[in-house]
Amino acid sequence: MIEIQNVRKSFGDLEVLKGIDLNVNKGEVVTVIGGSGSGKSTLLTCINGLEPINAGKILVDGTEVHAKSTDLNKLRQKIGIVFQQWNAFPHLTVLENVTLAPRKVLGMDKAKAEAIAEKQLKHVGLGDKLKTYPTRLSGGQQQRMAIARALAMSPDYMLFDEVTSALDPQLVGEVLETLQMLAEEGMTMILVTHEMSFARDVSDRVAFFHQGVMAEIGVPEQLFGDPQHVETQKFLASVR
Amino acid sequence: MFDTALSANDLIFLAKGAGITIVVTAISVAIGTVLGILFGVIRVQLGAVLSAPLTFVLDIFRSVPLLIQLVLANAFVGMVLQLQVSGFFVACLVLSLYTSAYCAEIVRGGIDAVPATTRRAARSLGMSWGQDMRYIVLPLATRVALPSWIGLALGVMKDSALVYVVQVTELLKSTQILITRLQEPMFLLLICGAFYFIISFPLARFGGYLEKRWSND
Repeated sequence: MIEIQNVRKSFGDLEVLKGIDLNVNKGEVVTVIGGSGSGKSTLLTCINGLEPINAGKILVDGTEVHAKSTDLNKLRQKIGIVFQQWNAFPHLTVLENVTLAPRKVLGMDKAKAEAIAEKQLKHVGLGDKLKTYPTRLSGGQQQRMAIARALAMSPDYMLFDEVTSALDPQLVGEVLETLQMLAEEGMTMILVTHEMSFARDVSDRVAFFHQGVMAEIGVPEQLFGDPQHVETQKFLASVR
Repeated sequence: MFDTALSANDLIFLAKGAGITIVVTAISVAIGTVLGILFGVIRVQLGAVLSAPLTFVLDIFRSVPLLIQLVLANAFVGMVLQLQVSGFFVACLVLSLYTSAYCAEIVRGGIDAVPATTRRAARSLGMSWGQDMRYIVLPLATRVALPSWIGLALGVMKDSALVYVVQVTELLKSTQILITRLQEPMFLLLICGAFYFIISFPLARFGGYLEKRWSND
């Protein structure tokens, strides 16, 4: 379970998270929507400790992420994250991209890591691209590779930060299908997305962020069908 | 038509000089590169302010002419430290530091060229700082830095001609000795130049080969 308690985060003078409270249960899919600058992406990078926070706490399975005693490298093994920019390692083949962390971080032997990587790459539809270098792949394929790379660490949680925003429109579908598949398999996920119809289909709960505050959270039918907060109403009207 | 007093033994003498040039260069480039990577990583990691003292020292090695560095280092080691070391040792010491000063800049540029988002992705997979450096940053930085590094290595090879001032008889000094004896400066310099070319060419080609191979990634 991920527990986010009154988290505040500033970049210089700019406070981007102004006291966020959110619990995500095992097996749950929570989607975060909101305008740019609402703090939604920052929240994800705080959850796995890539960004420090200024106040509050984040607990993952009871471990406080930002406590000094926490081994972040170990904690990150169970929290996968995929970014807007897929960030392939360009000097490694698709297979090596996926096996690197299991081998070096988990100490897995090569054969076992490759077996897992092949399974994950087949899972996301890249079973025929194992020996290819990422620069030869389309954006959508690279993004699916990044998902397989995160999954190969067998994480308990997956964070997706606007993973389709940098893709050409015709490539968005294949990545969303992959996310849908993961959701159906019961992966615990927090997604930041601008794909409203997808958020409606896949989420257990949807949170709307506005200027660093979680203005509203609810089941998709309620949040999209009967938004309570005036900013939610404005936002949904603007993206429709 | 063409007549020369150059004998087979003289050619062997030149080849030995070339051997010294190769050995001095290889040692200096090897040590200088290792130190350069270390200094470059330190500079990136500490930032401009904290690494200022290191940067200052490296700047000295980059700005003072190598000839002066060699003469001063030789005097310092011999007279101040009272150490009995060979000219060969002093030559390698100075050339290594000289190489490391340039190499540190090349490494810094290469590391800076690795996108922060790529490093973030590596860390997000649970990799430590060291693993990120070793498996992601340095391999990618190498691709960026290689052409400059090849240029540095070739430059050091040619600059190594200056180590004659600390009594190391490398290729150019050997040539000068023959010139004094045979009085055929143009012909001997031509041969000397050919030797330098033969030494440089494989390294330049190897660099070209690596660049081509990596561009296919």
